[in-house]
Amino acid sequence: MRVPILKQGGILIASIQSALSDEDLLQLRDDLVQQVGKYRSRGAIVDVTVLDVMDSFAVRTLRAIAHMIRQRGAETVIVGIQPEVAFAMVQLGLTLGDVATALDLEEGLAFLGRNPKTGPLHGP
Amino acid sequence: MERKKRRPEDETPGDMAQRNQTSESTTALLRELVAHLRMNRTQLREEWARRITQSQLLTAMTREEIFAEATSVYDNYVEVLETGSVEALQAYARNLSERIIPRGVETHEVLGIVLLLRDVLARSLFGKYQSDFALLNSMLDAYEPAANRIASTVGVGFVQERERIIRQQQEAIRELSTPVLQVRDRLLILPIIGVIDPQRARQLTEQLLRGIRANRAKVVVVDITGVPSVDATVANHLVQTVDASRLMGANVIVTGLSSEIAQTLVTIGVDLGKINAVGDLQGGIEEAERLLGYKVIMTGEAANEPQA
Repeated sequence: MRVPILKQGGILIASIQSALSDEDLLQLRDDLVQQVGKYRSRGAIVDVTVLDVMDSFAVRTLRAIAHMIRQRGAETVIVGIQPEVAFAMVQLGLTLGDVATALDLEEGLAFLGRNPKTGPLHGP
Repeated sequence: MERKKRRPEDETPGDMAQRNQTSESTTALLRELVAHLRMNRTQLREEWARRITQSQLLTAMTREEIFAEATSVYDNYVEVLETGSVEALQAYARNLSERIIPRGVETHEVLGIVLLLRDVLARSLFGKYQSDFALLNSMLDAYEPAANRIASTVGVGFVQERERIIRQQQEAIRELSTPVLQVRDRLLILPIIGVIDPQRARQLTEQLLRGIRANRAKVVVVDITGVPSVDATVANHLVQTVDASRLMGANVIVTGLSSEIAQTLVTIGVDLGKINAVGDLQGGIEEAERLLGYKVIMTGEAANEPQA
């Protein structure tokens, strides 16, 4: 299933709706990195709330997405990692490195809003 | 408990078939034995209670209590010999254990009294059938397996009850030991007291992560002042907790690392580089407030002093 990417001002929001196959993840990567350039976005949010499993490929791809987007001049936040997933990840030694994380979409938006590079968000 | 309940149903048909096939005489012998035990109830009970007191068992109980319990156990015992079903005895053993465990009765005492009863009854059989050795032999053949089964039933019942209580208490301690407290909006503290074993560390982390989501926390102060020692395993658990919290978008500040613990960690070479450590809980909360953008201002008379 293809992940819908929403544009909200200067921010792109990739909202994952169901468990993703490896191909879906790569598709998400390609779409997101491409659209950051297309819309001249300053920030991207990947919402993983619905994922109750994250394997090493998913974690690596998310990290890759964040790094690629940074090279295109935008910041990425991964939001909505579940407690169980977070715990499993550290136990398996999977880390997101220097990639920003936030509790949920709202927090992610607030984080990008505070970030001098990406925020403040457009609007009054 | 489920296993116990199923047991008589599972065993009874096979049991009875076997009994019918192999030893019809056993049933007759047991019936005779039961009659003998019923007849000498008072005397044997008293003898048993006397031996219990003599052996210094059940010292936590009074003589009257011992006699009352002895009577119940005796009657249950005879009933098991008669019916071959240990269910009532099991229930009684559980009930008895529930009553006597809080009074500090030990496993060896319970096993001791059941074995004493077995001895007392065996002695009385010796006395009764001493003239007819063959009959005594077959009587003991019938009596011994039943008596052993009773002894193990009571012993197992007691131990199971004890284990149940221990599990219950462990559970209680575990729940008490890891409070996740909110001190300000979006700020949690997790004071850890006592030894951290791997199981507890895991539970701590899970509870903290759930707390982060439930309270929408951004900063967590983990205070380990009350942790007596930290080794490589515990340190790694701390690092894991910090990493997992960060994945959920929360910063972790660790406070209360004593000088001994700091020395140990440096000596064994644990990499705590990723951990944000602050000296004490107060410092940790101040740092957390700074991260969250709080500014605490004194009011009243003390307000003239500069605020750190």
